[in-house]
Amino acid sequence: MFIPHTDADREAMLRTIGVNKLEDLFQAIPAGHRFPKLDLPPAITEMEAVGELQGLAMANETSRDLACFLGAGAYNHFVPAAVDAIIRRGEFMTAYTPYQPELAQGTLQAIFEYQSLVAALTGMEVCNASHYDGATAVAEAVNMAYANFRGKRSKVVLSPALNPQYRQVVRTYTPGSNILFVGDGREGNLQSGPQSLFSLIDNNTALVVVQYPDFFGRVYDYTELARITHEAGALLCVSINPIALGLFTPPGYMGADIVTGEGQPLGIPLSFGGPYLGLFATRKEYVRKMSGRLAGESVDNRGQRAYVLTLTAREQHIRRERATSNICTNQGLMALASAVYMSLLGEHGLRQLAQLNYHKAHYAAKQITSIPGYSLWSKDTFFNEFVVVCPDPVSDINDHLLDHNILGGYDLGQDYPDLANHMLVAVTEMNTRDEIDTFIEVLSEVSHG
Amino acid sequence: MAEPLLCDLSAPGRQGVRFPEPDVPLSSLPTELLRQELPMPELSEMDVVRHFTRLSQLNYSIDTGYYPLGSCTMKYNPKVNEETARLPGFAWAHPLQPIETVQGILVLMHQMQEWLKEIGGFAGVTLQPAAGAHGELTGVLIIRAYHQSRNDTKRDKILIPDSAHGTNPATSAMSGMRVVELKSDSRGNVDLQALKAECDDTLAGLMLTNPNTLGLFDENVEEVVRLVHEAGGLVYGDGANMNALLGVVRPGDLGIDVLHYNLHKTFSTPHGGGGPGAGPVGVCSKLVDFLPGPLVDVIEEGDDEMPPLYGFIDPPKSIGRVKSFHGHFGMIVRAYTYMLMNGGNGLRKVAEFAVLNANYLLARLRDTYHVPYDRICMHEFVMEGRWDDAPGVQALDISKRLMDYKFHPPTNYFPLIVHEALMIEPTETENKETLDAFADVLIKIAEEAHNEPQLLKEAPHITPVGRVDEVKAAKDLALCCGVAALEK
Amino acid sequence: MNIPSNLKYTESNEWIKVEGNTGMIGITDFAQDQLSDIVFAEIIVAEGDEIKKGDTIATVESVKAAADIYSPASGKVVSISETLGGTPEVVNSDPYGAAWMIKIELSNPAEVDGLMDASAYEAFCATQH
Repeated sequence: MFIPHTDADREAMLRTIGVNKLEDLFQAIPAGHRFPKLDLPPAITEMEAVGELQGLAMANETSRDLACFLGAGAYNHFVPAAVDAIIRRGEFMTAYTPYQPELAQGTLQAIFEYQSLVAALTGMEVCNASHYDGATAVAEAVNMAYANFRGKRSKVVLSPALNPQYRQVVRTYTPGSNILFVGDGREGNLQSGPQSLFSLIDNNTALVVVQYPDFFGRVYDYTELARITHEAGALLCVSINPIALGLFTPPGYMGADIVTGEGQPLGIPLSFGGPYLGLFATRKEYVRKMSGRLAGESVDNRGQRAYVLTLTAREQHIRRERATSNICTNQGLMALASAVYMSLLGEHGLRQLAQLNYHKAHYAAKQITSIPGYSLWSKDTFFNEFVVVCPDPVSDINDHLLDHNILGGYDLGQDYPDLANHMLVAVTEMNTRDEIDTFIEVLSEVSHG
Repeated sequence: MAEPLLCDLSAPGRQGVRFPEPDVPLSSLPTELLRQELPMPELSEMDVVRHFTRLSQLNYSIDTGYYPLGSCTMKYNPKVNEETARLPGFAWAHPLQPIETVQGILVLMHQMQEWLKEIGGFAGVTLQPAAGAHGELTGVLIIRAYHQSRNDTKRDKILIPDSAHGTNPATSAMSGMRVVELKSDSRGNVDLQALKAECDDTLAGLMLTNPNTLGLFDENVEEVVRLVHEAGGLVYGDGANMNALLGVVRPGDLGIDVLHYNLHKTFSTPHGGGGPGAGPVGVCSKLVDFLPGPLVDVIEEGDDEMPPLYGFIDPPKSIGRVKSFHGHFGMIVRAYTYMLMNGGNGLRKVAEFAVLNANYLLARLRDTYHVPYDRICMHEFVMEGRWDDAPGVQALDISKRLMDYKFHPPTNYFPLIVHEALMIEPTETENKETLDAFADVLIKIAEEAHNEPQLLKEAPHITPVGRVDEVKAAKDLALCCGVAALEK
Repeated sequence: MNIPSNLKYTESNEWIKVEGNTGMIGITDFAQDQLSDIVFAEIIVAEGDEIKKGDTIATVESVKAAADIYSPASGKVVSISETLGGTPEVVNSDPYGAAWMIKIELSNPAEVDGLMDASAYEAFCATQH
């Protein structure tokens, strides 16, 4: 397919090597298992492959065909054309990890700028070159906090309003350690804000983790939580939706020690769940405890400003079993996409976008509360997601919505047994007023007044 | 000439992308939580496009040149993959949509699981891990869970050959296991005596890269696997070097119990300057129940009138999720496209020509550079970047001088067991002319090393920047444009 | 390679200088040479801590390597360097003088007798690479 060798090339090369045929190069393979017949379809051309894939793609209905009111950790936002134009450039897309800085200043400066943009957005001092996604970023924050206290503090307080998938991943990452997770069990009080966590924080706590906006879309001031966390000698991690930070006070200004988050809303398509972008930022004093790559500014031997991967002594290829994380390949091209996106929007675009999301979501919420049988679960401040108490099971309502080409919100009963019949509705700049009005109309068809 | 930073290019009032005015009535904003300053740059769209385009021009890439990087498999990244990944029916699907609306996606994922099972000789596959190291973590957690499930809780030891990639011990430590290093013998194989000495009832597993990072297929692999199994342990295969094995041998057939694939190496998805990759994991039948969920499977059988319904299942003893949602679907589509086009026969050719190219370069270079393990290699080989009679010249200098000849250097200083290591992996997509040009340049550099070493020591000369002061970068840490720099 | 004769040495390349019942601890010239330019050094024990032989007392980092530093003997930490963190490069320039890391009050002076003397350490270094 992409193999350029002619028969003449192959023969010349075999002669230089000193063997007769290709098979002679594989003598070290145990004879009984050599050259198995792989049960895969025969080779096809590009034209045929594209045809097959188009068929598979068309067998799906997506946010391009349906009005999307589904969020819960992945959001339907507009991606300006320039983002894809830049990341499709072969010089970025087909470049290797920038271990040879002389040949990779493009990638390195872009990472440095990404780090700077995320730090500015989150109000933090340093940011790494990315983790896999919002969930694994929180898991790395837990490991970082645990290592920071050298294992002497083993409690981690998890808000029950932290994304359920994130809380699952955190537990998968920490088997066999003595870390005790508290706060998100059935006893967790979902309706109240962060105050319900205060009494759980003590001098055995390494880390407190909350989300902003939380999984239910609500926005709280975490300044008091930060104060109590620090008084107990612990660290605070806030997991964010970056779009909200175009409007709301960033966690860095509230006292967060670590800010993680899901960067998918920053110019990355939904893509059925990946590849996404794990944001990770912290304070200068913790920079050596942070895992992941870092691009730093320096000079070259000609006196020019130049960028290079730095503090590499923390990473797996040097520390090996003493590294705090095994991360190697991360989400480089997605970090670039988000840097381009953040640059294209800039201060004004990010503010405008956040406000659009806020106002559309609030309009939708108001309209929904006017439908008999539906109500808002919480009166607390929210951004672009909110929880609706429904008169019927969410799956039935969503079936009905789908008949009208609408993707309904997330069924919270799947993760929170006390929240059956509760739907998490997301509204973004991509939902026109007409779409929202139609959504309301169809919902009221299901209402049992 | 340095490209300015975004914060240097920013000018107050500029904006690139705009949004429409709200088409809904405005609601009141919560004043106490509103952000005051938002210190982000202010740029026009053309500023942004020019800036990043110029940055891209400072990069070396596969599209512009050859990367002989051992263990990275820098093969051509087919452009068709970029088209298929961007089909709206894939790119705009929300991961939490009802399964009825994404049957095309689920069929693709299921097929991918099946093909990876077939290629590796495994009974089960998860597509969830986001990268090779993530796949390693998944695999070691599965091994741990397996022993725990049998109440075999003494088993906390993971054996790792001294030639292994740093992610292997880092992964084991992350999983709460104890790492013991195994030496290699003089032929580059796992030392069987050293292995036997560690086979006891604390052995959880052995992490094996085969072919190893010396590019050599372990001549005793079946015995290695037998010894570990006999002691009650499991064998983890690091699949980074699968490019040598496609259609040549299936790791599962050799007794490997769990293995990760690197889609961004073997299966042509682009490196992106540091990701995204994808690290699916294959397992033997006794480990299938431990895979991270959810997995794609048929949940309702089809009949004459209806196709089967695909959905998600959770393995009964799953180690749990290792990331959000389902894995890097976008990368899976790219790898799927590649596998579909190649077919079974095409994949075998990939391995055959990857191994041919590596052995060809080895034959051309072995008289000029010392090759410590001199036997038929697989898809890569390691040579020393030093000569006793060229004192002061190191692998680093050879690497920097290669840049003056417009080649990216090979992998440096890895594996750790070879002095001044240069690890070379041409991949199957390079033609004979490129390989000959590369060999000729390396031979010329060897001459320069003996006669004019200054050329190497001062290299590179023609790149956009010269050697960067890494000590300064680590000491005077500058990791962001300061907020002050953004304010004008 | 500088190996002062009045010190004792460990196989992990730390030195200890005993004066009375106090031990002063640092890393050797060989170690700093292996690590190359040190960019970061941090002492992780505090005055008053009781430590055992083999406990990690500090970490140092260069551009290409990171190393944990282990105590050659057991005792109570009576003093830690105030200057090492701010000027980590002193480990390269003066490993036996200004780059001392901690001083301990020895709880078991016999432990030091079991360490290598200068000539044993010199022979040991010859076997490391």
